[in-house]
Amino acid sequence: MRQRPPIYGLMAEFSDLGELVHATRTAHESGYRHMDAYTPVPVEELGELLAGHRSHLPLLVLLGGILGGIAGFALCYWTSVIDFPINVGGRPFNSWPSFIPITFECTVLGAALVTVLGLLALNGLPMPYHPVFNVPRFALSSRDRFFLCIEAEDPLFDREETRRFLERLVPRQVSEVDH
Amino acid sequence: MTPEGHALEEPPPRPPLIGPGHTFGSITDKISAIVLERRRTPLAWFIGFGIGFVLFLVLMVSITNLLLRGIGIWGPNTPVAWGFGIINFVWWIGIGHAGTLISAILLLLRQTWRQSINRFAEAMTLFAVAAAGLYPLLHVGRPWLDYWLFPYPNTMGMWPNFRSPLIWDVFAVSTYATVSLLFWYVGLIPDLATLRDRSENRAGRAVYGMLAMGWRGSARHWHRYELASLLLAGLATPLVVSVHTIVSFDFAVGIVPGWHATIFPPYFVAGAIYAGFAMVLTLAIPLRRIYGLQDFITMQHLNYMGRIVLATGLVVAYGYTMEAFMAWYSGNIYEQFMMINRFTGPYRYMYWSLLACNVVAPQALWFQRVRSSTIALMVICMFVNVGMWLERYIIIVVSLSADFMPSSWGLFTGTRWDWSMYVGTIGLFLTLFFLFIRFLPMISIFEMRTMLPEAKVEEESAA
Repeated sequence: MRQRPPIYGLMAEFSDLGELVHATRTAHESGYRHMDAYTPVPVEELGELLAGHRSHLPLLVLLGGILGGIAGFALCYWTSVIDFPINVGGRPFNSWPSFIPITFECTVLGAALVTVLGLLALNGLPMPYHPVFNVPRFALSSRDRFFLCIEAEDPLFDREETRRFLERLVPRQVSEVDH
Repeated sequence: MTPEGHALEEPPPRPPLIGPGHTFGSITDKISAIVLERRRTPLAWFIGFGIGFVLFLVLMVSITNLLLRGIGIWGPNTPVAWGFGIINFVWWIGIGHAGTLISAILLLLRQTWRQSINRFAEAMTLFAVAAAGLYPLLHVGRPWLDYWLFPYPNTMGMWPNFRSPLIWDVFAVSTYATVSLLFWYVGLIPDLATLRDRSENRAGRAVYGMLAMGWRGSARHWHRYELASLLLAGLATPLVVSVHTIVSFDFAVGIVPGWHATIFPPYFVAGAIYAGFAMVLTLAIPLRRIYGLQDFITMQHLNYMGRIVLATGLVVAYGYTMEAFMAWYSGNIYEQFMMINRFTGPYRYMYWSLLACNVVAPQALWFQRVRSSTIALMVICMFVNVGMWLERYIIIVVSLSADFMPSSWGLFTGTRWDWSMYVGTIGLFLTLFFLFIRFLPMISIFEMRTMLPEAKVEEESAA
């Protein structure tokens, strides 16, 4: 098993979003891959740079919706036709048009539950502990500062070399992130 | 100048949706201070919460009395077996719809002005649905058996009747409540992280920290977050339309004169949006004043909402016209009598007031001067709030009180317990709403940040 690196990574702080995007792009072009940017707002450009591949979320949501819909209709069908057939107003047991509202609601419910649970699961949340919070100034990332963290796991990572690389991008400061 | 040249001219710039001079920092500080700085809770909050809580206690008394003595303390009796319980259920759930409309449909339509009102409008949705949900749960007569509404394997070997609109309602309303809660919570996560990072006491850090679930603003997370928001908006849009459609099925599926109409679903959905936007304005106007949020909820926002109230009000007026026309055109004497009974029968004062509130009053919104006066807007919205309540009253009570057979006609009036329940649910709503504005950011902080030029990427240094 690989030995755990002595620190989690190196974090650079920027006060301008353009600088952060430039820094992230430069780091990406220099070959760094294990890194993440932290911002107080969603930034499309960073998503493209870092997330790379297409997300699985829409597919999961589709499956959740289909499953919910089938479950909703199956519930109505099984109870009204098989388990407890009863004549209501002379309608056929399988009076499918009156099962549509519940089928629809269950479709939406299934899809919405998968969206939220999928979002949390793919993002690895809830996460009670994460090393980036060890940098005291990181609290500003939810206010008006922008951070780029290059992680020690990256094959190109070198404590001195990467620090010099980050400092060339003129951040406000570079700090080491403890585990 | 040629006509073509004229067409190419830039439209006049729209007034900004956010006050001048704001930065990421100032927005964050201003909105989070409302929650985090205890000393700044304004007197108006205590007064509002106090009134709400007293009314909430009225609700508790009403429910207790109802449980002890049964629904005989309410007005409904044959032939008017649906009274305030259903009127208020439909009224509240309709109000809720504006929150979903703002957060979902306006998101899909890329209307950025929604971003300063969506958070509290969604909270309004949740609390309105909570108030609405109480009514059918209590109206069943034996509320301790409410779980019978849900399909579950039981020793009686029975299942709910899935061909009934009432069970559709159970599914529609519970799905709506669940999805609204999820949507609202997902929207809150980044702001909860902001509160966690800015809270100065341990309890605040712990509670907001747990609720934020470790959100750290990672670009990868944001990427999925934006995707999930769009997906949820896409799901909530048909959902909100379906919910009030299904509520209208409660009536439209029955063969009662005045109910059995195909116009009911669209007419109910438009009415719901109409009532909901009126309620959003009713809440927004005092809020921005008390908390000094005129920079975030600008006159332009109120202007846009005024326009939506006007537009949906016109759809509702069209609905009334079509109801009257179809009653005549159907050639059905029961439908025709129902309509004449509305205009001239025992409930005529309510019907004429309804027309005055819902059709006449909002016409003032055609004028820019009215839309830019908070007092005028507030007054019109009050008319709409009352008018939409009267609409449900007329639909339910007039049709049931005099249907097919004159020998079985009868009148309905609400008892004092009907009114105390109604006032009590307003108390429940106000109590929850005031707690919300005290403990959670009432305006979405991160979405307000995205409206600033700071949030646009300008990579000058790359050159």
